[in-house]
Amino acid sequence: MMSSIPSPIPVLSPLRMQRHPRAVVALMVVLLFAGGGLMMHAESQIQVLGLLAAFLAVFAIADRTPLGQEISAMCGDYGGFANGVAFVCALSLIAVFHGEHYTLLMLATVALFSTACIALNLQLAFAGIANFAGAAFFVLGSYTAAVLTAYTEVPHLMILMVAGLVTGATGVILLLPVLRTRGHYAALVTIAFGLLLRSLLEVNDTLGGPQGMKIKGFSAFGLDFNLISSIGPWDVSFYLPYAVLSISIFAVAFTLIRRIERSWIGIALDTVRCDETAASVFGLSIARWKVVAFLIGNAVIGVAGALYGMMNGFVTPNGSGLGDSLLMLSIIVLGGLGNFWGAVVAAMVILVIPEKLQAIQEYRLLIFALLVLAILLFRPSGILPRPIRDLSRFIGRPGADA
Amino acid sequence: MDIGILAQQLFNGLMLGVIYAMIAVGFSLFFGVLDVIKFSHGDVVTVGAFSSLGAAALAGGLVALPPALALASGIAAAVAIGALAGVIIGRVLVLPLRHAPGVNVLLATLMAGTVLREAIRLGVPNGGNPKPFPALLPGGAIQAGSFSVGIDSVMILATGLLLVLGTHLLITRTRFGLAIRAVAQDGEVARLSGIDFQAVVLGTFALGSALAAFAGCMLGLYYREINFNMGVLLGIIGFASAVVGGLGSMLGPIIGGFLFAGVQTLVVVALPISSAYKDVIAFAVIIILIAIFPTGLIAERRSERV
Repeated sequence: MMSSIPSPIPVLSPLRMQRHPRAVVALMVVLLFAGGGLMMHAESQIQVLGLLAAFLAVFAIADRTPLGQEISAMCGDYGGFANGVAFVCALSLIAVFHGEHYTLLMLATVALFSTACIALNLQLAFAGIANFAGAAFFVLGSYTAAVLTAYTEVPHLMILMVAGLVTGATGVILLLPVLRTRGHYAALVTIAFGLLLRSLLEVNDTLGGPQGMKIKGFSAFGLDFNLISSIGPWDVSFYLPYAVLSISIFAVAFTLIRRIERSWIGIALDTVRCDETAASVFGLSIARWKVVAFLIGNAVIGVAGALYGMMNGFVTPNGSGLGDSLLMLSIIVLGGLGNFWGAVVAAMVILVIPEKLQAIQEYRLLIFALLVLAILLFRPSGILPRPIRDLSRFIGRPGADA
Repeated sequence: MDIGILAQQLFNGLMLGVIYAMIAVGFSLFFGVLDVIKFSHGDVVTVGAFSSLGAAALAGGLVALPPALALASGIAAAVAIGALAGVIIGRVLVLPLRHAPGVNVLLATLMAGTVLREAIRLGVPNGGNPKPFPALLPGGAIQAGSFSVGIDSVMILATGLLLVLGTHLLITRTRFGLAIRAVAQDGEVARLSGIDFQAVVLGTFALGSALAAFAGCMLGLYYREINFNMGVLLGIIGFASAVVGGLGSMLGPIIGGFLFAGVQTLVVVALPISSAYKDVIAFAVIIILIAIFPTGLIAERRSERV
């Protein structure tokens, strides 16, 4: 394993660290989640600013110093282990904040938006389809849940799936006619769809108009999530089960999309994105793979949106505008295209910081737009870029570790 | 149907068509010279509308100019600031990103549009609400049976048509137009023939953006109300018109603009749907027309199909 870690200045890396890579990786993940938990829990603006500065410092160290680069590479090598530790850390955060409504709501929100953003990553970073209606599909999922809970007795787990089906199918219907053309037409159609959905929701009275709709709380396994107030001897917030479910959905989506990336489907998607002509020469159907990526991505966004709506108890057309979709894309650009954990960190920054720093709430779209512009100009692969696909370890070449 | 109402709708359609065409021409010009889609174009329309409003208000409020001079200063401000915005976006964003993946350019220009939009919303006093636009053109109406149209509307329509025609002549008959067409056909060869590539590209951005800003000014004069996010819909319609007409061609976007306005007006007149669904219809028309004509009525010589 050691041999695959590029260490430009080996003298600087303490030997003890290399002997216990798992401990180092676990420590990093724990620190990251502790920082994230503090950020979500922080109440004073100074705390939030301090944590933000700490995040930036950690990022600078990881990006610029050899030690930091080595640790980052280690986390990459032990990706599966790091993901497992992360899941445990996320659950521990829930346990720590078990009675705090607001912190748990934040946690679940970040988890669900991160889910939507890794789905956008599947579409944009892997398949190269720009989806400028991410927020619209998210809200469409919420409205599906609203309509189904209001007028039917469909079991709620089923509702999540139906929401995924509805958003996935809508996306495919939109994309099919423009498949033969290049990127900007799909972009145009998704932008138009997002705006169409928003104005439709605002004027349609059966869907509640600008006031939106109420949504019943989630209930499954004989539990009504909104009525849960204690588990055993502990008093807990009713957001706790939502947070657990959100993080589980994130974990499932993460695993699914990571598996897709690592499979031959991921290689096909990379090929289609990088060179359509070469892809078709090798017999890959460009249309098919684009549809597959778009379908899966939108279905995942719809599921996340449905649960988000049920957690909040209502949905309005407000979250579905072009600005919200652009915020979602800002998250994946800030996190680095194709980098899932980067997207999680960026989702936390973009969702939590405006909530905590009321002073910038009004200006957030402007600030994040400028930030994304700066990144696109000066660091186009994002703050934490997706690592280059390295197949050498699967074929046992020299320099491979497995 | 009453012939007067029909004429009224025809006039509305023409007015929309001219405005859409003025915006679409910009999209087609930019795509022609640089092969990029500049999605901030719609927000340049808004910038134009707000600059002319600001200049007219300043001119009218501070020195109490007559409406004609206030109008002139408003138009001058719209054209100057619009062209400047286009040149800055072109120089700072589009030229450096021209070799980046197309998605990056899309995202960057969408974000630039967001910056313009948010800057107007936050920078203009009470910018989040619709703003009344002063009536700077002479009043009065032309009456013909049951059809009546304001003299100001006729002036706006005529100006728009003249501008579209003028741009067409500029592109087809002047040396600058020749340079634009040369760069559009082959940037490298154009450079070899001694054309200043960057100057022509930025000149194209200035031209297209000035046209869009003027369209914003016309919109304000016609509807008497402007809004910080009016550019989103206009930008998308302008782009869709350019696509439907044929991106990169000169006549295509003009035809596309009128086609769009025609279909939109026709749907509103023919279908018994309440006017609240006006925007929904506009977006649906975009999606359907793009689905029908993905490569445009007048396709580029080099096809975009893959």
